[in-house]
Amino acid sequence: MYGLGILKGMAITMKHFVDSYLDDIFWAARGGRYYNDEALKVRQGLKGKGVKTVFYPEEKLSVPERFRFVPFLVTDDPPPGQKWGKDWCTSCGICAKVCPPQCIWIERGVQPNGRPKPEPNQFYIDIDICMNCGFCMEFCPFDAIKLDHDYELASYDRTTAHIHDKERLSKPLSYWREIAPKKAAAEAAIRDHVDELKAWKKANGRDADPSTAPKMTEENTKQLFYRGEYY
Amino acid sequence: MSEMILDDQPQDDGTAVNQNPVERAAALLKERFPDAVTDDTRDGYTGLMVSADKLVEVATALRDDIGFDYLSSVTGVDQINDNKMEVVYHTYSIDQGGSGLVLHVQVDRDNPVLPSLTPIWPGADFQEREAWDLLGIHFDGHHDLRRILTWDGFAGHPLRKDWKEVFYEEDHKPFGSRWPGGEVFRAEEKTVYGKNVRYPEGWLPTGDEYDVETEMYTGITYTRDQQSGMKTDKLTVNMGPQHPSTHGVFRMVVTLDGETVIDLKPVMGYLHRNHEKIGERNTFIQNLPYTDRLDYLSSMSNNHGYVLAVEKLLGSTVPERAEWIRILMVELTRICNHMWALGFLLNDLGALQTPMLYFYLERELILDFFEEAAGSRMMCNYMRFGGVAYDLPDYVREQETISFLEELIYEHIPAVLDQGDGLMTNNEIVRARSIGVGILSREDAIAYSTAGPVLRASGAQYDVRRAEPYSYYESLDFDIPVRYNGDIYDRYLIRMDEMRQSLRILEQVLPHIKATKGAPIVDGKPQYAIRMPNAGESYGRVENPKGELGYYVTTRRRESNPDRYHVRAPSFINLTPLGKMCEGHKVADIVAILGSIDIVLGEVDR
Amino acid sequence: MTAENSAAGSPDIVVPDELGNNVVITNIAKLLDPVYNWGRRNSVWPMVFGLACCAIEMICTAASRYDLARFGMEVFRATPRQSDLMIVSGTVTKKMVPTIVRLYNQMPEPRYVLSMGACASGGGPFKEGYNVVDGIDKFIPVDVYVPGCPPTPQALINGLIALQEKIDQQSIATVPWYRKSDPTTDLVPVPVLGPDLVDLRQLNLIKAEALKAKETAEAETAV
Repeated sequence: MYGLGILKGMAITMKHFVDSYLDDIFWAARGGRYYNDEALKVRQGLKGKGVKTVFYPEEKLSVPERFRFVPFLVTDDPPPGQKWGKDWCTSCGICAKVCPPQCIWIERGVQPNGRPKPEPNQFYIDIDICMNCGFCMEFCPFDAIKLDHDYELASYDRTTAHIHDKERLSKPLSYWREIAPKKAAAEAAIRDHVDELKAWKKANGRDADPSTAPKMTEENTKQLFYRGEYY
Repeated sequence: MSEMILDDQPQDDGTAVNQNPVERAAALLKERFPDAVTDDTRDGYTGLMVSADKLVEVATALRDDIGFDYLSSVTGVDQINDNKMEVVYHTYSIDQGGSGLVLHVQVDRDNPVLPSLTPIWPGADFQEREAWDLLGIHFDGHHDLRRILTWDGFAGHPLRKDWKEVFYEEDHKPFGSRWPGGEVFRAEEKTVYGKNVRYPEGWLPTGDEYDVETEMYTGITYTRDQQSGMKTDKLTVNMGPQHPSTHGVFRMVVTLDGETVIDLKPVMGYLHRNHEKIGERNTFIQNLPYTDRLDYLSSMSNNHGYVLAVEKLLGSTVPERAEWIRILMVELTRICNHMWALGFLLNDLGALQTPMLYFYLERELILDFFEEAAGSRMMCNYMRFGGVAYDLPDYVREQETISFLEELIYEHIPAVLDQGDGLMTNNEIVRARSIGVGILSREDAIAYSTAGPVLRASGAQYDVRRAEPYSYYESLDFDIPVRYNGDIYDRYLIRMDEMRQSLRILEQVLPHIKATKGAPIVDGKPQYAIRMPNAGESYGRVENPKGELGYYVTTRRRESNPDRYHVRAPSFINLTPLGKMCEGHKVADIVAILGSIDIVLGEVDR
Repeated sequence: MTAENSAAGSPDIVVPDELGNNVVITNIAKLLDPVYNWGRRNSVWPMVFGLACCAIEMICTAASRYDLARFGMEVFRATPRQSDLMIVSGTVTKKMVPTIVRLYNQMPEPRYVLSMGACASGGGPFKEGYNVVDGIDKFIPVDVYVPGCPPTPQALINGLIALQEKIDQQSIATVPWYRKSDPTTDLVPVPVLGPDLVDLRQLNLIKAEALKAKETAEAETAV
């Protein structure tokens, strides 16, 4: 029958239309359907009904811990009065070597005696080349480079804003803990665990039974890229 | 379960049944052409070495008498060390399935001329043009050997090993300039023009060479109609590269008689991003995120094909949980992709926006899961050699992952499919516009090397997941949907069927995901600097949502980057019969036919 | 109020202090600007113009979840003649750039260009390739850059808001499209495809380089 398709389509549209208002009534007493974090979570999940719009910028859809955007460098939490602390980067160059589009430039530090110093003199990332793949973070053995969650980087001029130098890249550890709490905790646990393992090996000698060695909790291992025996 | 993976390797006796036809075919060919056909004895290579002057006879015999009737892929290889140009043909049997027979043909590098296989397999058309364009291999007898990805007048054949780009730094990554003395620079600052351009020595712009379009229109005659009183010309219309219904930057030069299509020539290369040239400079692992950007709607499946190819070379095994996760991801990707494809097809059929938007909402939910698991909505970069990058996340949008997946797979997606089905399948407008339009017969579909839903909608029940099973597909219970009319409507139905079959697979995968909780997800410690233990070639093929996606990778021993890296892109090859499908239809149908092929330009142009 | 008015409006007119609260000195442009900008910022019509991966995210931004209609930007026009904004969404190749420049020339003013993603801004991961343009800003002026590969829909909306802020800054008195012979309103010469991409603005440079190469070659043969 001609016209049936149109009626069916309108019925579906109508259903979604009505759903939105029913949902509105449901949330009316619970802080409102819009601009309400609780409602946003439900609306964006599988249980969401009716209009699903995220009212960015007023409400923002949260990004997961594993979310990848442009990289940043982790430093120690800054001493009072300073923006960041000691670099975690040892300028080993693994990130620069693994980077698929080769967007990382590292100038290795030099000690007064001319030998390499384990910290970068300068660190550049051209975010016009970066493909947000996350390999740098994945293969960094020092947890020193991480991919940021801050996607609000729109700029009016790319010549000044799009090559990030060390100053622009460095962010304190507390920032990483804030955006990826579980992962940061797991990484910290692993670092402790590796120290613990070393101590255990030292204490027990080489022939000790490996099954008695200290173990990572499952919760922590899950948050990480799989790293073999953790390094 | 880990033994099962080994069985997928062709050299094991587990697939002896499948392998027999290949051996038999090879023996038959050697017997019949003793001078022209020999085994390829190079280290790590399989298949036959065929001499160029007998290639047409060998291919004809292979197709007609031995039953290898499907030419999947044509790959040009620059063997600069031997001063040879090599062309590799992968042929398969549609009816028997199983692994393929690989033909290698070598010709002199300075004068590479081969007979064209287009008279036998018209599907070789674009692929031979690509080999001519990028490698300068001349195919004798090809009816239209023009450049396809670059433009006419382009200087040189860029995939030749001795051809260097403007921004060329070193043969292989990583570049020495990045570390330890990394002084940041923009590559364009180092050229005179401040751009990624270079002109041949002694070239002076005159203005004559700018007309690169002329060749496009050669052969098109402007004849007056013979009918008395009618004064109409044949009309040439350009659709694209900027056109809302071409799904990207694709262009069609259409010759019309009135509103009827007489001839249609696809023009591509507007998104030619030099995937293969960059791929040959990259290390093996660096290619992974680039594969995401091939068919950017289904990055997970792209990853899968590539890791399969490299795992064959590495000989690595994949833990059970990783395999299940891979299948989970790949099938969800298939649903994602088909939702997008159908949304756009309906858009092209005139159902502007609304059905599309409902499908996209569901796609967003799957993307949420991808983002949670892999870190990015589209460019997942999730698989690794010997496993996957991360285990599944605990929560997706504040819901436990398993319960999220269960709800998604058992309730949500089926409901959406039913809704879409109810809306569209019997909709009179959809039916009127799609039934009997863009017909591709079974013979043509096979001859034109089409793959995926396009092939299956034409009556060929061929799916790599069943024909040459990889991962755990052999142990999964699902059907390969097939339709017989080969028109737009059937291609629409096939995608609907496939989504339901994917759901069926996912329902079987979920218990395994639950059962293997906490098991390892990658084999050994992922390495960033992989060196290939052995030399050789490898062809990893998977059933991408668009069709057979194949990666041809060759390497030398102890190398960290591929020697040749070629992608058999299903969207690209599926376009070969587009002109034929559109002939005789109206202009408005072109859009629908193109929509029903479901192309992604990132994969077409690479 | 007083000081600001006299400074921004017309410095010649001095308002007596006692009238400061009652007199506002302004000009037509200043009165019109908020209305003019309000109208333009809330009806920026983008062009349906997808290039690559980023186009998918652009479509997702326009679809139900992120819904560009909230910004008056949902009217995607298929023709440059009706659009105000070109979202360069994806890798710009040499083969495509003549088309893009031609489309840009066909857009009526006021027109804006948003470069979406790493590829459009600077070549992205494909920069080293032989067929990739290292930034669309080498050919047409770009107003806003949105980094990311690909930028998420929210990042794109962030860029669009940045564009709206830029529109707010403009004044009807100074915008280039109402002024004669402003160089920014000229047509951009459409690049052509020779042996490589030829930017017609560089023709003289190309010729000079070719002559220089010839001379060096002759000098070498002479030696």
